[in-house]
Amino acid sequence: MEFINKNLPYILAGISLGGQYALISIGYTMVYGILRLINFAHGDIFMFAGFAMVYLAASTPLYVSIPLVIIITVILGFLIERIAYKPLRSAPRMSVMISAIGVSYLLQNLAWYFTSGLAKQYPKIPWISGSITIGSATTPIVTIITPILTVLLVIILVMLIKYTKIGMAMRAVSKDFETSQIMGININSVISFTFIIGSFLAAISSILYFTSYSTVTPVAGAMPGLRAFVAAVFGGIGSIPGAVVGGLIIGMCENITKGLGWTTFSDAFTFALLIIILVAKPTGLFGEKTTEKV
Amino acid sequence: MKKITALLLILSLVLVMLTGCGSSNKNSDAGSDNVIRIGVYEPSSGDNGAGGKQEVLGIEFANTIVNKVELGGKTYDIKLEIVDNESSNDKGPTAAATLVGKKCSIVLGSYGSSVSIAASDVFGNAGIPVIGVSCTNPQVTLGNTHYFRICYLDPFQGTVLANFAVDQFNAKKAYILTKLGDDYSVGLGNYFKEAFEALGGTVIEENFQEGNSDFTAYLTTAANAGVDVIFAPTSTEAASLIIGQAVSQGINIPLLAGDTWDSSVILEAAKGSSQEIFVSTFFDEGDDSAAGSKFVKDFKAWLNANPDKLANNGGNDIVAAVSALGYDAYMVAVEAIKAAGTPDPKAINEVLWNVKYTGVTGDIAFDEIGDAIRNVAYIKRSNNSDASWEFVAIQSVK
Repeated sequence: MEFINKNLPYILAGISLGGQYALISIGYTMVYGILRLINFAHGDIFMFAGFAMVYLAASTPLYVSIPLVIIITVILGFLIERIAYKPLRSAPRMSVMISAIGVSYLLQNLAWYFTSGLAKQYPKIPWISGSITIGSATTPIVTIITPILTVLLVIILVMLIKYTKIGMAMRAVSKDFETSQIMGININSVISFTFIIGSFLAAISSILYFTSYSTVTPVAGAMPGLRAFVAAVFGGIGSIPGAVVGGLIIGMCENITKGLGWTTFSDAFTFALLIIILVAKPTGLFGEKTTEKV
Repeated sequence: MKKITALLLILSLVLVMLTGCGSSNKNSDAGSDNVIRIGVYEPSSGDNGAGGKQEVLGIEFANTIVNKVELGGKTYDIKLEIVDNESSNDKGPTAAATLVGKKCSIVLGSYGSSVSIAASDVFGNAGIPVIGVSCTNPQVTLGNTHYFRICYLDPFQGTVLANFAVDQFNAKKAYILTKLGDDYSVGLGNYFKEAFEALGGTVIEENFQEGNSDFTAYLTTAANAGVDVIFAPTSTEAASLIIGQAVSQGINIPLLAGDTWDSSVILEAAKGSSQEIFVSTFFDEGDDSAAGSKFVKDFKAWLNANPDKLANNGGNDIVAAVSALGYDAYMVAVEAIKAAGTPDPKAINEVLWNVKYTGVTGDIAFDEIGDAIRNVAYIKRSNNSDASWEFVAIQSVK
């Protein structure tokens, strides 16, 4: 009992952090699945949602600002795709990736410019900001909500991809870009839809993440974005359940290594685990093996 | 058509860049014989961007008060050349080289010891003296003759805080959390540890990495170990995360930190909670000495009159200690220029050793290493009901 009491906080924090990584990494994995593009700007969309909330909550009540933040973030994701990626549809994949890096830096530097770089306090959201005590551990309520909400959203997403028309189109596009185009699928709308879902999840996870780590800075998206990307690779990039499992493992790993007192090595351990997985299974945990067609 | 638009876009970009360079060249050439340039080597982005901006505010404010100096019957305008070292050890030297290129007579900065150390040689080789404003690590001034500083040092600060922890809380056990690879954080943590152990306490030390935002594990370890105080000398960004998570986890252990935490960011983070926070700092806003209170009053008025300056201070008019230090550093630089009687950096460097000045943060004179002689620190605590600092004690070392 003593053992559980002492270690419960680490595990709770790990699950919650993992859930947040999972939501961000779905954005990476879906875009990769369809466009074969690593959308480096995804972490910054997440950061942008955080700042949008800070400023909107200052002027509007929460029941207005939360939906508004989600809508604005979705619009941003949609616009980024239209402006920075769509014109490069037929360009080499490398050009799109560089464009993504450019967007990432643009968003970060705009945030520096408009916020003057000082850390901003995230508004308190009733219901999820308060603390509860479980056994010996006092933790924000959001810690409990995050994994539940993550699982719920993933189930909805998987259903959407499996059973709806747009989901079928997404699967088709991810299998073969050109052929699906010939078959009459409007790939531009499918891609836009993918970015909309990705940004929506980034907005949700930014609300959950910044409620527990209540400070928004212009680089706040960089590290969670990187970890979530690692989680996506870990789980097998392109696979949604993989992203979730990867996110949870990375989040747990980080907190357990810290709990054991090896704080200096927490990142090293996470990335070493990634290397081991990739050596043993190059496509990641749930990755599909693709045969290259010549 | 597409190609032509692309070409036009590139052309317009290049033109903008060229005109930008051109105009700045013109500025630095025009009338260089009656302008004295004071370089400001500070971060306005990166980890320490927030603190750096507040330090620059103090310097800019000082520049609005004294912007002319008379040397040998000729009046010189004092112009600030501000560069951003991006809180980065790699980019600092480039920013420093920019200041050297602009022929600054003296340089002020930086917030953050690591970047100061990184750029030290660039200034040293160019023979330009530098006055460190709030870089508290001993390495900054050690072993060179061009780097001075007007704040106290980490060995002193660490000892002060250890003494305070023992005096105030009767602390026996302390948890020290520092950031890997940050000279300021690790250095101050070590000095605290040495002093605290010398006073009969025990410590637990842990560190975190760049970009870490989850501190729950660290705080849990501290709580499980049953420590009396948590000492966390970190940047304000990490600080506000640590405070936020301490509050939501209900960790009711007093948090102690050094000068970096003396910022409105900390107050915002702790507002409305019951978390106790104590910091040691260079200056107290409630200082009722004539010079101090006048500075606070005028500085607040200046901030409130300039919305962009107010934004750089975090949107409120709480006076950060680094702003007061920035002000003093500028005034010391002006004193040195006056004493040298010439804009020549080498001559200024010579006279700096003997400059004495009474600033808003107290009397300033330099010792044989180039450090200001200081023997007291202000301890403040956060008042979480109205987000302000409360003066606790003037602490000296036993």
